[in-house]
Parts: sequence; C-alpha cells; structure tokens
Amino acid sequence: MRLTIDHTTRYLYEQPQRRITQSLRLTPAQLKSQKILSWDISSDGAQIGARFVDGAGDVVLLLTKGTNVESVEIRVQGVVDTTDTAGVLTGLKESIPPLAYLRDTPLTAPSEALRALAADVGAGGHDGALSLAHALAGATRDRVDYVIGATEAGVPAAQVLDLGQGVCQDHAHVLISIARLSGLPARYVTGYLHSDASGEAHEASHAWAELFVEGLGWVGFDPANRCCPDDRYVRIGSGLDALHAAPVRGMSFGAGSETMEYSLTVSLGQSQQ
Amino acid sequence: MLSRTAESLYWASRYIERAESAARLLMVAYRMSLMPTAGDGHENEWASILAAAGVSQAFAATGQQPTAEAVTQYMIFDESNPSSIRNCIAAARENVRAARPSLTSDVWETLNSAYLQFLDLLQGPPARRDLFSMCEWTKASAAAVRGSFETTQLQDEGYDFFNLGCFIERADNTARLLDVKYYVLLPTIDMVGGGVDQYQWAALLRAVSARRAFHWAYKGDYSPEKIAHFLILNPICPRSLIHCCERIDHHLSRLGRAYGQRSLAGRLAAGMYGDLAENDVRRIVEDGLHEFLSDFIAQTRKLDEAVNRSYMFWGQ
Amino acid sequence: MSTKPVFFNEMYDGDAIRPAYAKVTKWFDDLGAETLALKKAEAEALFRRIGITFAVYGEGGSTERLIPFDLMPRVFTRSEWDRLERGVKQRSRALNAFLWDVYHRGEIVRSGRIPAELVYRNEAYEPAVVGINPALNIYSHIVGTDLVRTGPDEFYVLEDNCRTPSGVSYMLENREIMMRMCPELFRSARIAPVDSYPDLLRRTLHEVAPAKCEGEPTAVILTPGAFNSAYYEHSFLADQMGIDLVEGRDLFVDGDFVHMRTTRGPQRVDVIYRRIDDAFLDPLCFRPDSMLGVPGLMNVYRSGGVQICSAPGAGVADDKAIYTYVPDMVRFYLGEEPILKNVPTWRCGEADSFKYVMDHLPELVVKEVHGSGGYGMLVGPASTKAQIAEFAELIKKNPSNYIAQPTLALSTSPTFVDSGLAPRHVDLRPFCLVGKEVRLTPGGLTRVAMKEGSLVVNSSQGGGVKDTWIVAD
Repeated sequence: MRLTIDHTTRYLYEQPQRRITQSLRLTPAQLKSQKILSWDISSDGAQIGARFVDGAGDVVLLLTKGTNVESVEIRVQGVVDTTDTAGVLTGLKESIPPLAYLRDTPLTAPSEALRALAADVGAGGHDGALSLAHALAGATRDRVDYVIGATEAGVPAAQVLDLGQGVCQDHAHVLISIARLSGLPARYVTGYLHSDASGEAHEASHAWAELFVEGLGWVGFDPANRCCPDDRYVRIGSGLDALHAAPVRGMSFGAGSETMEYSLTVSLGQSQQ
Repeated sequence: MLSRTAESLYWASRYIERAESAARLLMVAYRMSLMPTAGDGHENEWASILAAAGVSQAFAATGQQPTAEAVTQYMIFDESNPSSIRNCIAAARENVRAARPSLTSDVWETLNSAYLQFLDLLQGPPARRDLFSMCEWTKASAAAVRGSFETTQLQDEGYDFFNLGCFIERADNTARLLDVKYYVLLPTIDMVGGGVDQYQWAALLRAVSARRAFHWAYKGDYSPEKIAHFLILNPICPRSLIHCCERIDHHLSRLGRAYGQRSLAGRLAAGMYGDLAENDVRRIVEDGLHEFLSDFIAQTRKLDEAVNRSYMFWGQ
Repeated sequence: MSTKPVFFNEMYDGDAIRPAYAKVTKWFDDLGAETLALKKAEAEALFRRIGITFAVYGEGGSTERLIPFDLMPRVFTRSEWDRLERGVKQRSRALNAFLWDVYHRGEIVRSGRIPAELVYRNEAYEPAVVGINPALNIYSHIVGTDLVRTGPDEFYVLEDNCRTPSGVSYMLENREIMMRMCPELFRSARIAPVDSYPDLLRRTLHEVAPAKCEGEPTAVILTPGAFNSAYYEHSFLADQMGIDLVEGRDLFVDGDFVHMRTTRGPQRVDVIYRRIDDAFLDPLCFRPDSMLGVPGLMNVYRSGGVQICSAPGAGVADDKAIYTYVPDMVRFYLGEEPILKNVPTWRCGEADSFKYVMDHLPELVVKEVHGSGGYGMLVGPASTKAQIAEFAELIKKNPSNYIAQPTLALSTSPTFVDSGLAPRHVDLRPFCLVGKEVRLTPGGLTRVAMKEGSLVVNSSQGGGVKDTWIVAD
C-alpha cells in the first residue's frame, strides 16, 4: 500500500519566547514492512541539525529557534510503500538489547491492579511467548475502553487501568506495563495509521506497543484496534514510554502559555504536489 | 565573561542604587511633610514619591491611603513591593552572591553585613526603625558597598557592568524625581515660584545631597531653569543626567574597546550623551520639561534593553 | 567468638618506625605540644577562611561543616605507590573498555563472563548512549578508586567511582596547607608534588574534544549551582584550570553545537566536565522537570558536537553489583592479571550467597547496591543485635539490592587526637585521569575515621582527611 503523509504541527506562544529547543523523532526507518520513498522535515526560520541515529534505530533531529519566537511550525511530508508483516519488525538496525526494555518508567510503573492483571493473563496457560503477548494485548483492550477525551496525555498505566478508559497512548502503556511484569521486554511505538479497523480515516498520530518475543524478535501490538500493525501503519519511532518515544520533545524559555495546532492527512497513493 | 555573571553585577549595582534612591525620595517627602501648610498641592508628597519610584499602581492595589506611615512601610519594609529597600538589599545580595567568584571578598562582606544589619533592625526595637534612621542607614550602606567596590575591584569588564547598572539606574531615578517635582507636586501653574515651590526645590536638592553645591554653582533663588540645568545638564553634579550618560558612555566605550566592537547599547548611549551635551536648558523648558523627561525615561529603558541584548542577558 | 582482629599500623615495621615515617614523626616530636596546638588552630583557620566546607543533609535541612583535617600526613614509599599506580591505571583502562563494550556489542556479556541481566537491567545502564562513539572511546575520564590496605603488601579496591568522583580539591588544599605548616619537611623530604593535577585534568579534557572541534577546545565545568554541597570544589577546579564555571542556564544549544552566553556573544563549548547527575543533564532526554541541565545537550552530544565528561551511563561500571566482575574485565579486555585485589563479595540476589550472608551478618559489611556516602549500610561487628535484625529484614525484602563483604582489617595511620598520636583507620582515593594517556597524580585523598575503632571514613559520618605523601624509598 502506498501511503502519503502530510503532517503539520504548529506551536504558538502567548508571549515571544527567548529560545525553543525541540528533539524530533519524526523520521521512519527503512523496514521490511515499510519502504520510504521520500521523507522531508522542514521548519521555517528554525535550524534543524545535530542528526544522529539512536540505539533503537531512530533518526533524531534537533530543532532550535532563537530570540523572540512567536511560533514554530514543523511540516513532515513523505511517501511510504507498506507491506503487511503481521506485526513482526524486520530490518531495523538497532543496538539496545531487549533486556533494557524490562525497566519501568513513571508512566509504566506497576500497581497492584496491573500486577493482578498480568498474573491473571499469565495463569491462562499459553503456548509460548507469542501467545502470551496476544493474550496480554487482548486483556488490555478488554479492561480499557476506547474513549476519546477520558484521559489527558501522560497518564500513568496504573491510573488508566483504574479508570478503565483511554486512547491509544493509554492502551500502549498498560500493555507495556503488564508485558514487562510478565517478563516480556516491551516498548512504546509512535507512527501513522491510514484508517482504523472500521475503515474510517484516523485523524491523529497513532501509538501502539512492541513486545519482544524470543525467536521472532519485536512484534507490534495495537491494543486500541485489537490487531497487529499491518500495511495501514507507518512506524516512526520507539522508546520506553510515550515520553521517551515522543515525536517532538521540546522546551521553551519565556513566559506565557503554549498552544498546539496540527493538521494531518494519511492518504492512499502518491500525493498530488 | 559569562553573561550571567555580568548580569548579576549589573543588577546588584542597580538594586543598590535603587535602595539609595528610595531612601532619598523618602527624605524629600519627609522634609516636605514638615513644612507649614500653605494651600493645596503639597499634601500629596507621599503619593508623589510612589509615582517617582514607579509603584503608584502597585501601592493603590494594596487598598491603602498614601499616608506617611503607609508609604514609609511600603517603601522600606514591604516584601510585596519589589522596589522596597528591603527587597532591593536582598536582591542585591543574591546577585552579588551569584557573581561572587568575580568580586572581591570585601564587596561581598560589606554587602552581606549590610543585609545582616537590616535583618537585625527588623528584629530590634521599633524606635531604631524610624524613617530618618533607616534612610540614613541605607545611604551609608550603599556608599560602603560602592566604596569597597571602587577601591578593591579589578578594573576589568566586571567593573564596567557594575558601573553601568549604577548609572543607568541613577539616570532613571533623577529623571523621575525631577518629573515628579514638576508635575505631581505643583498641579497648578500659579503655584510656581511661590513659597511652597521654593521649599520643595530645597527639599529636592537636599534629597540629592546637592543643596550647597547648587548654591555654589548658581546664585540667587531657585528657578525651574536653574534646577533643570543643574540636574540635567551640569556635568559637575554627580546625579545629573548628563553625568550619568557620560559615565554610561565611558563604560560602554571601554567594553567596546575590550571586545573590539561597539555594541548597540554603546551606540545608543553615545547618542544620548551627545544629545544632552548639545541641548540647552531654555529649549528644554520651552519644549516642555515633562515631555523631555518622559522621553529620557523611555530612552533609558531602551538602553537597558540594548544592554540585555548586546551582552546576552536573560533580562531580570 | 571471633578474636579481636590485628590491624596493620602503617607507621611501624614490627616495633620500629618505618623510614618513610621517620622524618615526619621526628619533626612533629621536636615541635612540642604547644607549637603543635598552634599549628592545628592555624590550619583550621585557613580551611575556614578558604571556605572549604561541605553540606550535610538529613539533619533537618543542610548545614555547612568543616571536615576535620589531621596534620599528620599519611606516607607511602615510592615503590608502594608504583604498584598502586599500575593497579589503578590498569583498572581505569579496564572499566573504560567495559563501558565501551556494553554500549556496543557487549562482547563480555556474549562471552558469558557477566550475566546480561546484571548489565542491561541495571538502572545505571543508559539506553540513550548505546552506540555512541565518544572521543577516544572513553566514557569515564576521571576515575576515583577507593582503596584500603590490610597489610604491608595487601591493598584492596573497595569501590570504583566512574561518574564524578569528588574530593580532589581536598587533595590539593590539604597539600597547600601542609606546605605552609611544615615547609622544612618539604625541603628535606622528597615528597612527590600533586599540584599538576589541574593541568593534567585540563589536558585530559582538551584531548577528548570532539572531532568537530576546530582549534583550541573550549572546556567548561557544569555545576548545579552555589547550593550544591561540592560547589566549592567546582569553583576551585574551574579557577585552577582557568576555565569557566557554568550553570545549565549559561548554556544553550543552537544548530549542531552547544554555546555559552558570554558578554562577547555566544561562544561554542567543546568539552563539558559536568558535575551534575545524568538525570538532570538534559530535560529533553532525561528528567523532563530538570531545571539544571541544557535542553538538547544530549542531541548535540550524541551527534558528536560536544564531549561530556564523564559520559552519561558511565555509572554502570561502578555499580556495586558489577564491581565483583572488575577482575574479570581486566583479564578479558587487557589480557592481564589484575594488580589490585577486589574485596570478596557476596551478591545477596544469588541464593547461596543470600543464605551465607544471612547466617554471618554479625561479621559482614552489607551495602546497598546503589547507595553511597556510608548511608544504607550495616557494619556487622559494630552493630547491636537489634540493628542487625532490623537490617536483615531490609535485605529479605529485596535481596538483589544488597551485597556483603567481610569486615576488612583496615590499616591504621597515626592521627592526632586529644591524647596525642593514635592509630586511626584510613582509606585512600587517588584520582585517575583517562585521556590520550592514563595519568595518575602521585597522591590522593586519605580519609580517616576520627573515632577510635571506627571503620567508617565518610565525611558525612564524622570522617576526616589527611595529606597523602609519596616519598622516595
């Protein structure tokens, strides 16, 4: 499937800022499941530099913009040919050992309820790690309803489970937490989704989880949509949780508040430019 | 030099000067309040010093009337007033502490003991906290800090930033003091030249410790022209605008030479100094003293912004 | 019942005073009690005036304290030192080889010499630096090795400090004060100088400038600020090296590089000797609430625009659980036999060790794996039954958080106490610099337990310091 992505994010500042610094994890890697035909990141008036590839195989860029910044706009445009690999991640050049993905972060720290959920699923008896991983993803979705607006960004998994509602970020955090409790290395993945399971266009950037299955490697699970990523998905980057994997992690120096606007289309076929 | 260090020196000096100016303003009001009642206009001397210090609105927000007690309390002790003597001394000390590696221990110790004395005064008997003693104490402390700086500090770039702060603050304060005298204290034109007017001028000159100097330099009665000349254009008066601008220009020129290029602030300061040197007092009074002073205060603010930009300060 | 251990007194060889100590002992003897008391007061006044204090936490806020300084130096002979020097340098090379390895292919793990879990699940293992190539492949540029002595030729490494070991300012200031107190001794005894340390540190920092650096590198010290307990050391070192002492807010990132704000405009910074913890270095990579760091610093670092000394993640090498494998590292990476011994260590996370430790608590020292400064530890022989029982409960709750070691018979060095010279237990921290060369200043920080019989030398627990002399044999 050929997907064309056009994603513009705009940060507006109530008062001019002295300096904006943003770390951008916005570049998809070449994978068996995705061939990047073109990819461009641009921002008017800002410098984009300090490029490197991190241990998880993600390209990371740094955006800086100095003195009296009123707004920052980042535009991402790209064309990707995708292939369904049933969620199995192949072809990524990464060097962080899977064991390093067993550690908790504040967003995935276990609670009694998370432990109980992990134990419940574990007690079901599974034929190997892959079957356990599927069961964990299913249980996550069973316990957390997909409700837009029920949570803000950055709610810890423990709280999400108590609430029983959330969006893709929350599902991913719960799954990551119970996977780690079950001894499976797990990580947070960001990306784009052409349409959700019901075939409707998906508005926002998407997030899911990858679990490390011995013998198979990293396998994606999208609990929000009860599936594994297929050719509707474009994988961008990963990290221990939503904070570490964030496409844009920024900081501004100055007074006043910040608002964010964005527009995103993920469409079929070559874009008309 | 790290910008943070330069900025700390600049602000330490501004706060010391500001504390001293507040003390001098309070002395003006105190003197005026002692004069015999002579009609309207003179009763708002306490309100006028709030205006001169630029804190009228903030004071009004406290819901108090500008009585002698309330204003004295607000200008000396109030922690909610960023320009109170108490806060100025604390802020100066914080800035000096931050810049300590680039200051002599004399300067630090002088300021630190002033700060500790102030805390003692707060704890001690109220009789030792009357307006007169506090103002005298503030002036003496500011002089001690500046004195130890002048006599012990290396005359490097830090020396220039410290002095820049002092003279930019002083220029601003003198302009405000003069403006307040003219437009707040004398609301009606027929009062100009009357007994109240004479007394107020005397009090104002006393506030800048320049009454005798004035008489030495000018003969006869006070007149707006003479006073304006003295406080604006006479380079021998250490608080005159032209003297301040000359010092500012001097320190920015030194920095320009040291850095091999003249900064935006340096160009602005040279312009301000040049304009004053070519001006004459009749023109100032004819064109409107208030307008002249408002414009000068705005230029001073621009100069401060230019210093911030030229030397990469964050802006406090 | 265990018999009272016999401690090695470094001043004596049998009943005779060793030659290394002869001169200094005689000098103090000749001084007389009165002059000695004067000198002591003078030394203390000097410390106070210079302002060498440290902050003690956990007593209801922080308070400034003076570290007790003992006038009696601790003396090593040149040949004793030569062996220590070779041992410390060997260890520093091995630790750096280990760091490079575990952030790349992990050969030592693949070879089965160190369990993967211990490295990769370690909290100090930093995924953010996996795959990066710091200049000369060095991660830990300043290694502080804590050594103890138990006999004439027996030295043990107690722990390694690969992050930002502190205390070097004491090594330098102690020497300054001793040179003022007893210039005669320095004229007659050939005592190896330590004052080249700041120059060597500066050279080391310059040597590890990133490849993108053009011309003479600009190095700075990054401090959390004046309220940090080691601020004195930060400003002292900056002063001695003639480089800027910056806070996070003095630095900013623009494009591919880090700059500092100076009154002459932005100045590019090539090497940062940071004295702030990993977690606070960059809010865009680590703790998002950190106000001490520099946003984007890690991006520039990882793309090769700046060098951070020591590298974030260097702490995985000085972890107390990893410590037990350092001799294996020496053999694996260097193909050499370790010159310095490790203290035998039981990892409580392992079932057999756990059982042994629980059965022998009264004779062991138990430490938290990530603890420091003498907190969170149990000194068995010096503890009451109740204290031991209490600590046993802590270990049971989380065994892998603890290691145990035998109580070493720490050597003593003569120390001035109220009644005159008396033996007190000491340890030693030399500071090893790793750049193009591995350099060790002949000296170090000797810490001394001022209380009679005490084995805890930490300054936070009432320990003092001494000057450390290396003299010709």
